[in-house]
Amino acid sequence: MPGRLERGDAMALVSIENVDMRYGGPEGTLAVSGLDLSIARRDFTAVVGPSGCGKSTLMKLVTGLHIPQKGAVVVAGHEVTKPVSIVGMAFQNPTMLPWRTTLDNVLLPLEIVEKHRHRLRKHKDEYVAQAEALLETVGLKGFGSKYPWQLSGGMQQRANLCRALIHEPELLMLDEPFGALDAFTREELWCVIRDLHASRDVTIVLVTHDLRESVFLADRVVVMSARPGRVVAEHPVPFERPRDLEIMYRPEFNEMVQALHGEIANARELA
Amino acid sequence: MSTVTENNAVAATPPKPAFRINWIKLAPVLYTIGLFVLWELAVIISGLPHTVLPAPSRVFQAIVQYWSPIWKNSLQTFYTTTLGFLIAVVAGMAIGLLIGWSRAIYAGLYPIMVGFNAIPKVALVPILVIWFGIGTVPAVLTAFLISFFPIVVNVATGLATIEPETEDVLRALGAKKMDIMLKVGIPRSMPYFFGSLKVAITLAFVGSVISETVASNNGLGNMMASAQSQFNVPLVFAGLIMLAVEGIAMYALMAWLERRMTGWAHRSSMAA
Ligand SMILES: Nc1ncnc2c1ncn2[C@@H]1O[C@H](COP(=O)(O)OP(=O)(O)O)[C@@H](O)[C@H]1O
Ligand SMILES: [Mg+2]
Repeated sequence: MPGRLERGDAMALVSIENVDMRYGGPEGTLAVSGLDLSIARRDFTAVVGPSGCGKSTLMKLVTGLHIPQKGAVVVAGHEVTKPVSIVGMAFQNPTMLPWRTTLDNVLLPLEIVEKHRHRLRKHKDEYVAQAEALLETVGLKGFGSKYPWQLSGGMQQRANLCRALIHEPELLMLDEPFGALDAFTREELWCVIRDLHASRDVTIVLVTHDLRESVFLADRVVVMSARPGRVVAEHPVPFERPRDLEIMYRPEFNEMVQALHGEIANARELA
Repeated sequence: MSTVTENNAVAATPPKPAFRINWIKLAPVLYTIGLFVLWELAVIISGLPHTVLPAPSRVFQAIVQYWSPIWKNSLQTFYTTTLGFLIAVVAGMAIGLLIGWSRAIYAGLYPIMVGFNAIPKVALVPILVIWFGIGTVPAVLTAFLISFFPIVVNVATGLATIEPETEDVLRALGAKKMDIMLKVGIPRSMPYFFGSLKVAITLAFVGSVISETVASNNGLGNMMASAQSQFNVPLVFAGLIMLAVEGIAMYALMAWLERRMTGWAHRSSMAA
């Protein structure tokens, strides 16, 4: 994809330009500083970096939950000044509401997003069908009527992905979504995400501390420095798609993971 | 599904008698009877006169003998207590939501509420009497004042402890404060709210009876105060028994409501 790394170009869905974000007033923590990043439509970007370097802050800047003190965040051609509803978010903690069934949890964003909330009651059947189809694609067919406590951690995280996708966001932001899962469940969910990205017109940003995960899933891995965070390197991932879990046993794959590992270790030392 | 069939198989093997006494279920009744029997025995053995400690048999005799005034006064106390309690539920819910709504309101109102709660409510009864005269109104208001604080605190706590991540997910979708309250805050505070009702109804009885004792011509509090001045100790105890019955009934109702309305909270780990 030519021009993918150029800033401010029309292809970019997200562009972050020289952003500073400080928490808690002028004397507070400077979380990110001089952050520059551009994300093209349909691209799958992984963001890695030492813990506390501002990865979650980056997420919140792009979704408009925080507004930077300096610089600009532009999403879909508009500077972000308030939350942008073209994004879906999922966190490590699934945050399913325990008093709602899985289906009702998945439908929750439609009760909020301006475009859908007024249509929801009239077109309920249509939306329910859509949610059930989505549950089926992540392997949760027939679990819509179950409550969150009746699902395993992996199943909750799948439902959580459905909730992030139900309003058909252009941009899906995932903040360490698989951190709390066991290795096998995590690999299963990698495949779920991979297939979602392949089958839908969606741009994905994945924050993770798992380097194998970032290389397996992403088109491009962005490495951040220790706090205050900024982008220190961007690596296109050369492996062709569709990728199988088997590629993780290829030497090129492991070389790339090791190189990333070294870079992050460096970033930590410099701090 | 396979575990279910296994369990059935295990359960089916030992042949069990069709009828068994459920001792756990019967325990409250048996223990209550036991308590009364012990009390009766203690009075007989110690030989205390019934003007000091009447035996339960004497108390029940008094209940039968004075049934008409007891019934009338029990209804009056029940009425003032539940009315005060209902006002406390509505006001407590509203103020709890207001306090939980914003940090600024929380910071400003919370210390005032704590200070207010520290005042012994019995000290307010004379003021209420000056304003409203003696009788039903001060009893209702005392029941209200004493029972609404736990409701406020619990509702506000439910709102204040929304997980920030849940809030972020909704805010990122463009949710307004009101949406977050309706979709998350209020449902989330329901287990806290229903949990507080059990405490609140018990306190409401304390408030109404205190007020009736010092400033009313009606209600169980007043009946017990006048029985006491006439050394009719069995009637005083009869009043206590009626208060216990009303208190237990209302507590059980609140516990049942709690289970009915917020069963999900017991199944999931959220409320823990
Ligand atoms: N709401 C906040 N208030 C104050 N400091 C914060 C807040 N959120 C994050 N920080 C600080 O900003 C830095 C970056 O945080 P974060 O973006 O969560 O890092 P990461 O997700 O990479 O671990 C950390 O040092 C953290 O302590
Ligand atoms: Mg983080």
